[in-house]
Amino acid sequence: MSMTYYTSDHEWLIVEGDLVTIGITDHAQEALGEIVFVESPEVGQTSQKGETIAVVESVKAASDIYAPINGEVVETNSNLDDTPELVNESPEGDGWFMKIRIQEPFDASDYMSRETYLESLDD
Amino acid sequence: MSDISSLLKTPLYNQHVALNARIVDFGGWALPVNYSSQVDEHHAVRKSAGMFDVSHMTVSDITGSDTLPFLSKLLANDIQKITSIEGKALYSCMLNEGGGVIDDLIVYYLGDSYCRLVTNAGTNEKDMAWLQKQAALFTDVTVTEKPELALIAVQGPTALQDLQKIFPGQISELVSQLKRFQGGFADDTFIGRTGYTGEDGVEIIIPADQASDMWNRLHEAGIQACGLGARDTLRLEAGMALYGSDLDENHTPLDSGLSWSVAMKDDRNFIGKQALSVPSKYRMIGLVLEGKGVLRGHQPILHNDIIIGEITSGTYSPTLSQSIALARINNDPEIEAGTLLKVQIRKNQIDARVVNYPFIKK
Repeated sequence: MSMTYYTSDHEWLIVEGDLVTIGITDHAQEALGEIVFVESPEVGQTSQKGETIAVVESVKAASDIYAPINGEVVETNSNLDDTPELVNESPEGDGWFMKIRIQEPFDASDYMSRETYLESLDD
Repeated sequence: MSDISSLLKTPLYNQHVALNARIVDFGGWALPVNYSSQVDEHHAVRKSAGMFDVSHMTVSDITGSDTLPFLSKLLANDIQKITSIEGKALYSCMLNEGGGVIDDLIVYYLGDSYCRLVTNAGTNEKDMAWLQKQAALFTDVTVTEKPELALIAVQGPTALQDLQKIFPGQISELVSQLKRFQGGFADDTFIGRTGYTGEDGVEIIIPADQASDMWNRLHEAGIQACGLGARDTLRLEAGMALYGSDLDENHTPLDSGLSWSVAMKDDRNFIGKQALSVPSKYRMIGLVLEGKGVLRGHQPILHNDIIIGEITSGTYSPTLSQSIALARINNDPEIEAGTLLKVQIRKNQIDARVVNYPFIKK
């Protein structure tokens, strides 16, 4: 069973056991505009919460993606190399960024539910 | 983002909100960065026509019998180039004593005692201070800022014919007569066949209280509203300099690839001329990224592992589907069109090829 969580940096996390899939929200892709390049981390790289883990280039600007959790990058979405527009088309599906293996137990209190996240956008 | 309510608003602000624009703080102005897809807005201008609210830019009228001597001293380009044709426009830099660029501008010649300047928004305060200071040295010249005027640019291959259809009568007649880089009045509306996209088109200077009506009529006729995002990708594809990125007070026009706009070869003495008699240490090049990524301002350029300069502005080109940039490098004659350089993008060095710009040919 998996659970989806959200951050105030407009990222989502799907947690399945010790494996966490990460991407950006529909709101984030909308704000960035047409995405033309995603710079992914190396597999094996350490993910340190709050540090830059990837960069998204839209036509408009480059934006850092901050690691939402501690762990190790175990997979990146290689489809984004040639089709970065997947992030626009399917931000919370095929446009996922990477999978991180966590060593510590997942602490849900650091994140928002979908409902809370969507409410936060109205502020 | 700062609170929208504290920002300056153009007379078309409500139009932007009604069109669901993404509004940003652009040097203190609340302006649309895009309405829908920035890339679609870009293509509209390349393929048909698009319109931009550029009312944040400064219009000032120069009047008095010393207008021409004043501009002759103020501008690095020579106002005499356009004084034989009423309405003719000229691009020029305005320099400080050290040859640094205070601003770049368009001047329209409307008579020996009347010229109109269009200068940048972000430089407004220092421009006005400089203009007033220099004007005070002449007996009869007055610089009058015109904040009551709005500016709408309509650009694209169909812009002129579209305007003639949408505004029959005086405007249509004027537009049909304008040659490139020439402007004129239709009643109290000034239209110049100029722009910042590399396309044919016009820039319309109109009293603020008439701007919404004009904008709405353009919109209803199907002209695509375009934001600052598309404006930037369009001007960069056209190889046009942006003040604050490609141009600044620490560099002369010669350092910024604008020697064509400096009229050195006569005995006219303009402010900053002395400093330009020394050859520039720099030159501007165009770059096209060969690897993956996007070129952006301030990324270092390397040649044989040595840093030789940096990007002044870069973006992703929707027309070419690759990243392009303008860069200022040391004046090394070995580097020419075709030379492969490296650009430091974060922790990677990516190949970029030197090209002549404009990046798109029209």
